[in-house]
Amino acid sequence: MNAALFSDPAVAEKLIAGIRRMAEGRGIMRIMEVCGTHTMEIGRLGLRSLLPRGIELISGPGCPVCVTPGAVIDAAADLSLRGGVTVLSFGDMVRVPGDRTSLAQARASGGSVEVAASPLDVVARAQADPGRDYVFVAVGFETTIPSTARAVTLAREKGLRNAKFLVCHRMVPPALDALIADASIGIAGFMLPGHVSAIIGERPYARLPAHGIPAAITGFEPLDIIAGIHAIVDMIVHGKPAVRNMYPRVVKPDGNARARELIRAVFRPGDALWRGIGVIPRSGLFLRDEFTGLDAARHFGLSIDDHAMPAGCSCGEVLRGKIRPDQCPLFSGACTPENPKGPCMVSSEGSCAAYFRYGG
Amino acid sequence: MNVPPSWMEGNSTMCLAIPAKVTAISGSVAEVDVMGNRTSADISVIEEVRVGDYILIHAGLAIQKYDEAEALETIALFRELAEAMGE
Repeated sequence: MNAALFSDPAVAEKLIAGIRRMAEGRGIMRIMEVCGTHTMEIGRLGLRSLLPRGIELISGPGCPVCVTPGAVIDAAADLSLRGGVTVLSFGDMVRVPGDRTSLAQARASGGSVEVAASPLDVVARAQADPGRDYVFVAVGFETTIPSTARAVTLAREKGLRNAKFLVCHRMVPPALDALIADASIGIAGFMLPGHVSAIIGERPYARLPAHGIPAAITGFEPLDIIAGIHAIVDMIVHGKPAVRNMYPRVVKPDGNARARELIRAVFRPGDALWRGIGVIPRSGLFLRDEFTGLDAARHFGLSIDDHAMPAGCSCGEVLRGKIRPDQCPLFSGACTPENPKGPCMVSSEGSCAAYFRYGG
Repeated sequence: MNVPPSWMEGNSTMCLAIPAKVTAISGSVAEVDVMGNRTSADISVIEEVRVGDYILIHAGLAIQKYDEAEALETIALFRELAEAMGE
């Protein structure tokens, strides 16, 4: 493996010098990194302090647990308290507050909540323990959706009656459309998520340059991120918006067609709520009718209806890039990683947690 | 590949995916080596995987192959961009 090459400091320094030169004498350029993993890496690398003042890196909505409606979290927590049901969840979901409770709180009151590294775990658990229902809280973007789709098809193939999925998947391109439609945010360029793009490829982003907004599909090593910013700034200053794939070692122009076929076979798109943001048309995925038996919401008769955010919490503005985390009145006072009020502080990939940990 | 920070490991929803070397294949499951750790991954959505290939794993599923030739080309491109110094 040659990945150590992707953090060569000499190359990084020159790329940053190049960015500085290109940005000189220009106004403010707001570049949104859509993905929470990029947000954390940018913080960890201290990139904001290395870039010229005119370049503002703003964090986008790409934190799956942050945009999961509180009502879904409440419903999962309630399920864990029913006898005979175990709720499986990704680890970073457990502490996120819903509208009135959390999985951690439910577990403390005797709920059966377990951390899983993969949706496939629900298949194994359900198979090994047929007397108990296992519910997977399926959140995440296109990177994660194929894994849930695979688990759903396996559960059906094996005829498992006790494997269920509480599906709350969201898709990135409809969220980008919503962001560019909101002119008040003023995004000059997008750093696009590398592993979402590994699935969806380059084509779904074509609307960005059509709106005059350049974008770079970006990997996660230090040089990937710096070169991604370099590419975006280059396109901005030369007035040549395009979608540049800076991560071709993983992202093929057409993405992963087989994975997308699997997603299509299992899910249908529909309007969906993003916590703090609102309903985005055709941005959610729902189990197709033939998989109804595996749908936790239907099986347990859950009515999931969302609105509330913790009082004073500005997660919605943060997720849309309207304010920086440190501009929220709760930031670092009432809301800290130890005592989080909103989802952006709870999740390890949330922008508020990244700001708290690494500073602006 | 740098060792991922501890918060990235294992059980998060985020977009991190880890490159792993395929050491054996049995049906739709590959045995893999991730920086010295052995684990397995479902390879049903990627095509023509062979022992010795690198694959990218996210939440138990291989989502794409890791193309080493492209990696070298990308590094060459990054160096070229660096030398141009933003001209």
